[in-house]
Formats: sequence, C-alpha cells, structure tokens
Amino acid sequence: MARARTLMTVPLLAILMGLVVTGVIMILTSPLIDGSLDVALPFRAYAALIEGSLGTPEQWLDRNFNAIIQTLVEATPLILAGLAVGLGFKAGLFNIGAQGQFLLGGLAAAVVGGLLADTSPWIAVPAALIAGLAVGAAYGFIPGALKAFTGAHEVVTTIMLNYIAIYIMAYLITGPLRDPTATFARTIDVGNAALPIIIGGRNGHIGILIAFLAVPIVWWLLYRSTLGFEIRAVGANPDAARYAGMRPRYLIILTMSLSGLLAGLAGGIQILGLTKHMPIGYSTSLGFDAIAVALLGRSHPVGILLAALLFGAMRAGAGLMQVEAGIPVQMIDLLQGVILFFLAAEVVLRKWFRIRSATGGVPQETTVTRSYGGQTSI
Amino acid sequence: MEALFGIPVVGLVFQFAAYLIQVLPLIAPIIVVLAAPIGLGALCGFMNERTGVVNIGIEGMMLLSAFTGWVTAATVTLLWPEQAPIREVFGATPALVAGLVVAILTGMGVSVAHAWLSISVRADQIISGTVINIIAVGITGYLNILISGKALPTAGSFKAWVPPSALTDLPYVGWVFDALLNQGPIVLTMLISVVVLQVLLFRSRWGLRTRAVGEHPKAAETLGIDVIRTRYRNVILGGIFAGLAGAWFTLEYGNSFQSGMTNGRGFIALAALIFGRWTPLGSLGAALLFTTSEAIGTAIRFQPPSGDLAQLGNIMEGIPPQFYSALPYIVTIVVLAGAVGRSIAPAAVGKPYVRESVS
Repeated sequence: MARARTLMTVPLLAILMGLVVTGVIMILTSPLIDGSLDVALPFRAYAALIEGSLGTPEQWLDRNFNAIIQTLVEATPLILAGLAVGLGFKAGLFNIGAQGQFLLGGLAAAVVGGLLADTSPWIAVPAALIAGLAVGAAYGFIPGALKAFTGAHEVVTTIMLNYIAIYIMAYLITGPLRDPTATFARTIDVGNAALPIIIGGRNGHIGILIAFLAVPIVWWLLYRSTLGFEIRAVGANPDAARYAGMRPRYLIILTMSLSGLLAGLAGGIQILGLTKHMPIGYSTSLGFDAIAVALLGRSHPVGILLAALLFGAMRAGAGLMQVEAGIPVQMIDLLQGVILFFLAAEVVLRKWFRIRSATGGVPQETTVTRSYGGQTSI
Repeated sequence: MEALFGIPVVGLVFQFAAYLIQVLPLIAPIIVVLAAPIGLGALCGFMNERTGVVNIGIEGMMLLSAFTGWVTAATVTLLWPEQAPIREVFGATPALVAGLVVAILTGMGVSVAHAWLSISVRADQIISGTVINIIAVGITGYLNILISGKALPTAGSFKAWVPPSALTDLPYVGWVFDALLNQGPIVLTMLISVVVLQVLLFRSRWGLRTRAVGEHPKAAETLGIDVIRTRYRNVILGGIFAGLAGAWFTLEYGNSFQSGMTNGRGFIALAALIFGRWTPLGSLGAALLFTTSEAIGTAIRFQPPSGDLAQLGNIMEGIPPQFYSALPYIVTIVVLAGAVGRSIAPAAVGKPYVRESVS
C-alpha cells in the first residue's frame, strides 16, 4: 500500500497543479467570456464539471445515474487506447498512432457491422468488433515493421499514418463504402451489430465491460506472461534482451500490433456503441488523450484505468460546464496538457512539495527517446 | 522521346518525368511557398538536435506562434484601423510586423520551456515535446473559441517581393529565380537562413562548438565549452524559426487562424531534417521533395497530362484526389524508412547532460 501511495503522490499533485494553473488561465481569459474579470469562474466551472460527470445526490435518490454512466462511456475508449499507448511505453515504443488505428478500426467495425446488420447480434457484434481490432492491429503492424527493419522512428511514422488514415477514410466513405440512401456521406447503419445496452437507458453499452476486462488481461500479459516479461525486458534494455536470447525486432512488431489492436477495438466499440455508423469527417482527439492517460497512469494498467476514468469524467462533465460557466469544452485539452507538463517536470514537483524521491518504490521510466533517427540498437 | 513513352510500364516512368519537367515552371512557386513551414521547422529541429536536444514539439510551437501572431496583428488592426504601410516593402503594416515579432517571441518562449524541461529538469525529451504539442492544441483551441465571437478584423498578409524583371525574364532559368525570389519575407528569410546556417555550421566557431556539444558533450566540456549554456542558447534561438514558421500560416500564406491548421507540418519537418542528414541544405531539399509531391495533386487538376502523355493522364486522373492529399505523408514515411540507417543522428541527441560535480 505504501508503494501505491508513493506512486500516486506525483500524479495527484500534477492533477492539483493542473487544476490550479488552468483555473488561473480561466480567470485571466474571463473578460473574453463575460466582459469582466471573474475570480469565481474556475470554481463554477469545476463544480459544473463534477456535477456533469457524477450527477447530484438528488439525481441518485431518483435512481438517475446518467451522469456516471456517461463518464463510463467516455472513459471506455480512453481505457483501451490508454492501454494501447501504455503497452508501447513498456517496450520503449511511443505509439502516437492510436488515433489512426482507432479511426480505421472504427471504420472496419462499421463496415462489417453494416454487412451483418440483419444477422443475429450473436454473430454480428463479435464479427464487427473482431474486424475493428484486426484492422487496428494491421495499422499498428506497419510502423512496428518499419521500425524493426528500417529503424524509422515510430513517432514520425505513426503521426504520418494518422493523417493517411484520415484520407483513406475520406476516400472510402465518399466512394465505395458510402451509404447510397444517406444525404451526408456515411457508411450504412450497423443494425443488429450495435452493441447491446447493459446499464442505464441510453448509452451504457457492453463496451464498458470489455474495456474494464481488458485491464486485468493486459496486466496479466505484462506482468505474468513470458511475452510480457520479454516486452518489458526489450523496453528496459534491448541489448541485454538480445543477449538473453529474445528477439527485439519480433517483439517491436508484436507490441506495436497489439497496441494497434487495442486502439482498433476502442474504435470499433465507439462506433458500434454510439454513432452506429461511420460519418465522413468523424473527428476525435483520442490519440493525444490516450498519451495523456498512459503517462498519468504511469503505463500501469490499473493507473491507466484510474486516469481514463478521470479524463472520461472531465469529458462527460464538459458539456454542463459549457452551459453553466460558458467555458468551451476545449478547456479539457488544455487541462490535460498542463497536468502532463507537471508530470514531465516531476523532479521539480518533488522539490516544491518536498517529497523524498522514493526510488525504492518507483520504477524507473523507460526512455522512449532511445533509438531516435539512425541509432537503432536492434 | 515518344519511343521511350511507348515501353510498357517503364514508359510510364518516362512519361511522368516528362510531365514533371513540363509543369515544374508552373508549380515551382507553390512548391517553394509550401516548403517554408517545413524548411523553417527543420531549421528549428536542426538548432535543437545538433546540440543534442530532441524536439518533437515543433508542431505545437508553430501552432501557438501562428495563433499569437494572428491575434496580435488582428488586435493592433482593431485598435488602429487606419494603417499606412511602412514604406512599400512586402506590404508590411505595423500590425503585421507586431504579429511577426510576437510570433517569434512565442516560439522563443516555448523553446525556453522545452529547454528547461529537457536540459535542466532532464525530463524525457519526447514527452516534453508531446506536452508542448498537447498544450498548444488545447490553449489555441480554447482561446480561438473564446475569440471567435468577437469579430476581429483581418490584418491582411505580407506581400511578395517583386524581383527585377531582368532576372526573371532570363531564358530557361528565369522561372527558377521567379519561384525563389518572388516570395514574401518569411519564405525569403527561410531561404537565406538555410544558406547562412549551412555555412556557419561547418565554417564558424559557433558551428564547431554546436557540433561538439551534440556529438560528445563530455569532450566539449573538457575543452571549456559550457554544454548547458550552448544547449540553452541554441534551443532558444531555434524557437525563432518555429515562430517564423507559425507566422507563415497566419501572416503570409493566409490571414486567419483555424484550430489545428499546422496539419503535421512540424512532424514532416522532423522527417525532412532526418532525410537531410541534419544539415540545413539537405533539409530544404527534403522539404522541397515533400511539397513537390503535394503540388502534383494541384497540377493534375489544372493541367492534366495530355497529348503524348495521355496514357499517364488517364491513370493519374483515375486516382482518387485523396491519394494526392495523402501523398506528402506517404512520401515522408517512405523517405524516412529509406533514409534512416544511412543518415546518422548527432550522437548525443536525446541524452540529457549531467555535469561532473566540482567537489
């Protein structure tokens, strides 16, 4: 327990500092919202954020848990994509491509779901989800293979693949995969492949359960399986791993594919659970959000779960915040960035708050900058 | 030539080369214009990486500078609507100059944060760059929404310089001068900076020290070079180029701001730097390669291959337009996959320097 506490101190302080700094920015920019400097604005904004993400006691007494369910719905893709990025970090790989893998995974799920729209949900749902995760894995395989065989750094290749994914989507949705009956370009409705609702009336789909199940599975994979040991060994020291008989190239490709698989699954769940079709111009900030989640959760599955729930709650509450305090939802992106800034400046945070550096309990972060440019040590 | 075009499959390559030669004078100006943010971004990366600091936050720096430059120019225009241009150079008005200065200062300011995180705090430099990117998207998105209702006036944009017609009317090579010189101040600054920095890198004391710090900081320190100070100075100076690149988006190429308008140019700049073997001239060459692939998509629409090249024309017009939009990104990946391994990074890049304790 003591170890968990030392692990969580810095993330919690970073969140606190993030709220303070973002609050100051809100105060400074408040003249743009209502014409005068408003010191109370952050408090109203944060109160609305909490109410929007958790609901009020009166709502709970009425058995109205919509706010909490919405938080879970928003957290679902963050959990899966956060696990995707975190898994990469464990192998010393920085997958900024969760966005592209998510989009193409979602598109694949929408297409297969559309084709199976009239079959039994028992067939349609699993088939569509598998299509999503398979395409996500394939799109993660590309930067993995490029890194393993040519040394092209995944940070640049995955970002390029994100943009390419947008154009692939635009082509397919306006062209061969377009729903001929729809006014706006989109794929056909997924019908029976829509995720069944398990809690609440509206959005509480089974994807929430899948995301929560993925946490122990990834934990087991990383910390209890041989493959996970090898992934972590390659992340910690590729040279040592190779001397021990592991195959860094194979592990890099496999990890990136698994990472893409999780992000693709997130895309499939998001489309089958919420929109039920893939519209043209579907946009998401999931790629960067997932990085924020993985960093705040320190790449540990349980930490990622907690971080995803926090950011999911912010996304769920942002709508009410906009209505009640007039703060644009983009504030959440800013808040995430500031939290990450203080996480990156961990040493300084420790100095300010006089926290002893608990190296005994805190595992050293793997440096993802290794093998930048031409210097692959494979 | 026609004989070459007739060869199956390979003939298409010749047809494509012929088409490129045919349209190059037409698309050369736009190739150079579009290369500005990539070339300037690569110069920013160059200043960072040659001293041993990775900077993947160039994209975010550009986006922030684009925003602050635009807001400044628009605000100045709002306060003093009637502005006489400062003489007739580049159509510069006080508002545009103020915007340019603020954009550059923004680039330098963000660079101070990046330098502090990666040199003093010794944070993971890729994480530090990512943080810059995320904060840039967040704060520009947030402020842009707040401002959007305020109906800010447009400050216009810088105009291109008109080179002497004696130069641009030269036979055969006139169009090259026209493409390079008939440009706005930021594009011209990029071209001049590339040449100057290329010379300085290999011919000056600054260049020697910078390379020493990037390759072997410990050895540099034993020779009396202050590694930490050199790194700080170069990273912060590099911010000037990121700031200029940002200003290009809102003060020269366009005159308004859209969220996320940098569209990955900062990352393409990094790829250009790697492909250009961490030299300014090489990076510019790579940037021109990327923008050529982008401009071809435009050329197809205005002047499709015809006549002898009809076979190529049919194929190129059959390809969906999204492919041409995606082409710069595809070329980046292909180039990166081919260049890495043959292109060697500065040895100390990404490694924080820990000074030996004096005691």
